[in-house]
Amino acid sequence: MEICRQDDALQISDLDPFLAELLRQIPQSTSPLGEPAAEARLFSRPSAEKEICAEWKTYVEPELRRLFRTASETVADDLTQLNRNEKSLSNCTLHIPIQHADAWLNTLNQARLVIATKYKFSEEELNDHDRSPIGSRRDLGLFQINFYGFLQEFILREIGSG
Amino acid sequence: MSAVSAVQSEKGSTSTVETPARETETRGEEELDVPWQVVVHNDPVNLMTYVTMVFQRVFGYPREKAERHMLEVHHKGRSILWSGVRERAEFYVQQLHGHLLLATLEKVV
Repeated sequence: MEICRQDDALQISDLDPFLAELLRQIPQSTSPLGEPAAEARLFSRPSAEKEICAEWKTYVEPELRRLFRTASETVADDLTQLNRNEKSLSNCTLHIPIQHADAWLNTLNQARLVIATKYKFSEEELNDHDRSPIGSRRDLGLFQINFYGFLQEFILREIGSG
Repeated sequence: MSAVSAVQSEKGSTSTVETPARETETRGEEELDVPWQVVVHNDPVNLMTYVTMVFQRVFGYPREKAERHMLEVHHKGRSILWSGVRERAEFYVQQLHGHLLLATLEKVV
C-alpha cells in the first residue's frame, strides 16, 4: 500500500484486497447498535449535573448524531470507488478529496472508539502497535484500530502541512 | 421571563408582596455569574496529534499551548481548557464532543 498527497486529494494506492476490505468496513464499524457502552462513549455525558444532561440529550445529541452520520455518509460515498474494480482480488486505488479530510478524521475516530469499546481493549493493548499475528476477531479489531489510526495520522499531517 | 420580572418590579414598588420574586431573580443572576470550566478527560483511543489539532481548532490555541494541554490530559487524566460563562462553556463542550473527545463542563469550586 502506498499513501501520498496528489494536488487536492489524498491517494491510497496499491491497496491489497484485505486492506481494501478494512476500508470498506469503516462506515459500518461506526455503528454502536447493540453496544450500549459504545453508544455511551460516542454520546458521552457533558456534565455531572442532571439538568444539563437532560437538556443536552434533547438539544445537542440530535445535532451530534446528524454530524456523525453526515461524516460517515461522506466516507461511504468515497469508498464506492473500491467497488469499481472488475477483478475483485486485484489491488486498487482510493482518492480522498482534501475537502473530505474532516469527515474522514471524524469517521475514523468513531470507528476506532466503537471497536475499542466493543472489545474492551486496555490502554496497554492499544499501545502495542507491533502485536501480531491476527488470530481472532478481537485481534482483527485491534489491527483495524491501528490501521485507522495510521490513516488519521497521515490525514492530520497532510492537512497540517496545507 | 424578563417581561414577567418587569411587571413584578413595577408592582414591587407599591407593594411588599413582590419582594420574594426579586430575591429569586437575584439568585438567578448570581448563578449566571458562577464561572464554569471546560475539562477534557483522557481517552487512550484518541491520537495525541488528533487531540492537539482539536484544541487548536476549537479554542484557537497556538500549537505549543494545545500540546501542553494534550500532554496534561495524557499524563494527569484531565486538563482544564477554558473557564468562563456557562453558555460559552457549553458551546466548547459541544464542539469537543463533535470531535469525539471526552469533555465535561464543571462549576468552578
